[in-house]
Amino acid sequence: MSATLIAQVAIGGLLMGLVYAVVAAGLSLIFGLMDVVNFAHGALLMVAMYATLLIHRATGIDPLLQLPLVAALLFGAGVAIYRGLIARTLSVRVNAGMVQIFVTFGLSIFLVGAAEFLFGSDFQSINTSLLGGHSLAFGAIVLPLPLVASGIVALFVFLGLALLSRTEFGQALEATREDHEAVALIGIDRDRVFGIGWGIGTASVGIAGVMLANFYYIAPDVGTNFALIAYVTVALGGFGSIFGALVAGLMIGLVEALTALFIDPALKQIGIFMIYLAVLMIRPRGLFGQI
Amino acid sequence: MAGAARGTLTMRRRREILLGAAILVFLALLPLGVGNVYLRGLIVLTLLYAGLAQAWNILGGYCGQISLGHALYFGIGAYTSTLLLTRLGVSPLFGMFAGGVLSGGAAFLVGLPCFRLSGHYYVIATLVIGMMVALLAANWDFINAAQGITIPFHQESWTDLAFRTAILPFHYVMLAYAALIWLIAWLIEGSRWGFFWRAVKDDVAAARSLGISIYPSKLAAAAISGAATGIGGVLYAHYIGFIDPDSTLDLSLSVLIALPAVVGGIGTLWGPLLGAAVLIPVQQLSVAWLGSAAGGIDLMVYGALIMALALARPEGLVSFFQGRAREEAADHG
Repeated sequence: MSATLIAQVAIGGLLMGLVYAVVAAGLSLIFGLMDVVNFAHGALLMVAMYATLLIHRATGIDPLLQLPLVAALLFGAGVAIYRGLIARTLSVRVNAGMVQIFVTFGLSIFLVGAAEFLFGSDFQSINTSLLGGHSLAFGAIVLPLPLVASGIVALFVFLGLALLSRTEFGQALEATREDHEAVALIGIDRDRVFGIGWGIGTASVGIAGVMLANFYYIAPDVGTNFALIAYVTVALGGFGSIFGALVAGLMIGLVEALTALFIDPALKQIGIFMIYLAVLMIRPRGLFGQI
Repeated sequence: MAGAARGTLTMRRRREILLGAAILVFLALLPLGVGNVYLRGLIVLTLLYAGLAQAWNILGGYCGQISLGHALYFGIGAYTSTLLLTRLGVSPLFGMFAGGVLSGGAAFLVGLPCFRLSGHYYVIATLVIGMMVALLAANWDFINAAQGITIPFHQESWTDLAFRTAILPFHYVMLAYAALIWLIAWLIEGSRWGFFWRAVKDDVAAARSLGISIYPSKLAAAAISGAATGIGGVLYAHYIGFIDPDSTLDLSLSVLIALPAVVGGIGTLWGPLLGAAVLIPVQQLSVAWLGSAAGGIDLMVYGALIMALALARPEGLVSFFQGRAREEAADHG
């Protein structure tokens, strides 16, 4: 096994890890803000991928150029989910956590069913796009262009999330996270902050969906696996920590790729799970978790 | 008022056991009034899930430890008894004990590291361990990997729990299972352990200050819950006659086990039974009626139902009955 091959697989893994990190960041943002684990996160990734596919088929707009459009669409979906479902669970006094898990879980089943009903369960893909079919060569290391582009876009998402925390809204977000009740006294509309927080969280997963649509198959249950990895990423990085999601995503992408290379592609997730459990034994709140 | 409405604790518990006996008699007679083979199968499945959800409820409801990895214990039970029968010719009547002991032991072992984790970290850890074992099982040739194991049918027999056409024997097997787990939950509710666990669930700090050792309490709840789930896995394997990692170890099964308890009323005696009685028929009938005509509609109906129930009845379906009991008491008072 040559060093070039190992390097190529490792870099590919890190790039995929950036995509995992973006999916996880959306989940972690919502969790950190209001302590809700969104079990429909994978289904929303699937929705973003189908949206990209349908817009591409209908208008011919390249997936890459659809980024702002689909992100805005998913932002709206996030706000709607908050207003329609999550806001109602906040007033629940008994086992609110379980209610939220199962409301979002029910939503997930509903969305997967709707996709199956509308588009069938066959795998689909976008065959002609700006990025598709090209690859980048760095010496002997060759990487598919869509994957490289996804990694770059992912870094921009994290940059955006970092900048967000410096804005006035970012500070309102932080304040609401600290104390839901007290922010009302200083004139922050809790419902509005929560709604926009959900919007940003689902817009992140929307961006990941658009980039994945460039090179990944599209099917009703495509989100399941990404969501599973996202939960592990969030727990590994620490619930609520965006930076933790980035580090954990990179770790998971790398470990997954190397496990597939050195052990067995069928067992690639075993590597992820082992690392996760090992870290959790030492740090029960993940790498950067405070809650 | 509240005291008068609920009666004393002993009275309430006596009422519960009487109601349980009445429901048991009703369910024992139910198949005599249902001739349709499909509906009889549906009832068998509902009873199985009533037992499984109650088993989950022992750890998730009474002790407050939300596990999304219970498929692991179900799968260990299913595989233990199936392998014992197909490889060694051991009767499932023994396999039931072996499966129960092994899955209870597995739940204990999973609990050792996981109960050091709190809240969502615990949930995700149970989910990950479950998925890890499912993945390993799907690649383990000794247990036929992803192809699964078929239990060959020789003759109708109680010692082999083998009945080809008759559903009735399995109706009573599953009814006995659901009733047994219900009885265990009833006993736990009135026992010292039950009070310990609920104290642990409600307020860990307060429980500790009363001298309850948290960690052993959780481990005991996990072992009982895991063993009860494993026995359900054993019964499922012999009822269906075929097992593979997808149908006995997958994450979706872990959710299906937990869901009736949550929808029915988490941490309550009747919640799991009520939840199963609503969810399993809706799910199965919507697949049968809508699934074949237009794929996906069955999932939409099921998902919408879960959302609606969780929002409309966050305390669970049992709250319908509790509400009425309170109103009646108010009328009399």
